[in-house]
Amino acid sequence: MSLSGGATLFGVAGAVLVGLGVYGLIVSPQPLRKLLALNVIGTGAFLLFGTVARRGADAGLPADPVPQALVITGIVVAFAATALAAAIMLRLARVAGSADLDDAPAGEAAEADVAERRE
Amino acid sequence: MSAADLLDLGLAGLVIAVAAFTIFSRSTYAAVVAFVAYGLLVSLRWVLLRAVDVALTEAAIGSGLTGVLLLGAAAKLRERAGGGDEAAHLCPPAMRPFAAVVAGLVTLGLAAAVVGLPDPAPTLAPLAAAGLPDTGLGNPVTATLIAYRATDTLLEKVVLVLALLGLWSLAAEDVWRGRPGLKQRADPDGVLAYLARRLVPVGVLIGLYVFWVGADHPGGAFQGATIVAAMWLLAMMAGLADTPPVSERGVRLVLAGGAGVFFAVGLAGLALGDAFLAYPAAHAKAIIIAIEVAMTVTVAATLAFLVAGTPERPA
Repeated sequence: MSLSGGATLFGVAGAVLVGLGVYGLIVSPQPLRKLLALNVIGTGAFLLFGTVARRGADAGLPADPVPQALVITGIVVAFAATALAAAIMLRLARVAGSADLDDAPAGEAAEADVAERRE
Repeated sequence: MSAADLLDLGLAGLVIAVAAFTIFSRSTYAAVVAFVAYGLLVSLRWVLLRAVDVALTEAAIGSGLTGVLLLGAAAKLRERAGGGDEAAHLCPPAMRPFAAVVAGLVTLGLAAAVVGLPDPAPTLAPLAAAGLPDTGLGNPVTATLIAYRATDTLLEKVVLVLALLGLWSLAAEDVWRGRPGLKQRADPDGVLAYLARRLVPVGVLIGLYVFWVGADHPGGAFQGATIVAAMWLLAMMAGLADTPPVSERGVRLVLAGGAGVFFAVGLAGLALGDAFLAYPAAHAKAIIIAIEVAMTVTVAATLAFLVAGTPERPA
C-alpha cells in the first residue's frame, strides 16, 4: 500500500468509528453510555485529522504537524467536556434518584431539588 | 501485502471491534473498561500514523484520565441504583433501524470525503519545518502548539478553567467551598498505598522528563502534565494526600496561573513586539519555556481537579 493508501484506510476506519458512536448516542437512554458514544465519535473524528496529517507528510516530516497540534488540543478539550458532562450526570442522579433520561421527568427532578435544598 | 499492511488492517479491525463492544455491551461497567482498552488501541493507531505526540496524549488523557473519570462515575451511579450493574436498556426496537440508517449515512459521507481527499495533499509541513530555527525548538508539533498557533493553546487553557468552574458550580450549597470527592479510605499498609509510595516519585520524574524532552522529541506540556496529574490522583486515591478545598487561594492561583502567564506574554508581545503573542526571536526559547512551565503546573492541577469532581465535603 502506498503512503496515501494506508492513510486512507485509517480515515475509513475513523469514519466507521464515528458511525458506531452516532448509533450509540441515539439508541442508549443512559447518559453515561451517551458520553462513551460521544467519546468514540471524538476519537473517530481525530483519526480523520490523523489521515489528513499523514497525507501531508513533507519537508522531511513524517506528518503535517498542524493537524496533530489541533488534535492534541481537541483531546484535552474533549476531556474537559467529558468531565463536566459526568459531573452534571452525577448531579442529576443525586437530585432525581436516577441519571436515566427515560425515568427522570423534569417535574420530579425539580421537586427533588427543592426537597434537597430544604434539608 | 506486507507485514506492516497486515498490522494496519488487523489493528483497524480490532479498534472497530472494541468500539462496537463499548457501544453494544449490556453492562455499563464493561463498556467503560472496554473504552479504556479502546483508547490504548487508538493510541497505537496514532503511532502507526507517525504522530507520536498525539499517541502519548491519547493514551494519557483520552484513555487514562477519561477512563478513571468514567469508571468513578459508573461506580457512583451503580451505588445510587442500589448495587446491581444497570443493564443497558435501549430505545424502542422500532427506532433502532432509523438510528442505524443515520449512523450508516454519516459513515458513508465521511468515508466518501476521505477517499476523495485531494492528491497531492495540501500541507503546512514545509512552513512548520522552516520556522523551527526561529523558535529554538526541534519538535514541530510543540512549536505549533506553543508558537505558531499559540492562540489556540491559550484559549484551550481558558476552556479548562471554564469547565472546572462549571463542575464546581454543581456543588450543593453547604459544601461549595469544600473539598472535591469523597474522603478516600485505603488501608495504609495495603497494596494501593504501597504502589502510591513507590510509583509516585518515579512517575513525577517521568512526567517532568516527558515535558522537558517535548522541546525536541515527542512529548510536551500536556503529556507531562497528565502524568503528574495521574500521580497526584494516585496519591489521593491511596489516602496519602487529600484534595485541597477549592476555596484555597493557592489552589486558585495555580489554576489561573497558566492562562495568566500566557496572557501576560501575549500582551507584552503586543506592547513590545509586532503582535499579540509575538515572541522576539532572540528570547523565543526562554519565553516558550516560561510559558510551558506555567502551563504544565496549571494543566496538571486542572486535570486532577476535573477528575476529582464536584466539592462534596466541607473544607
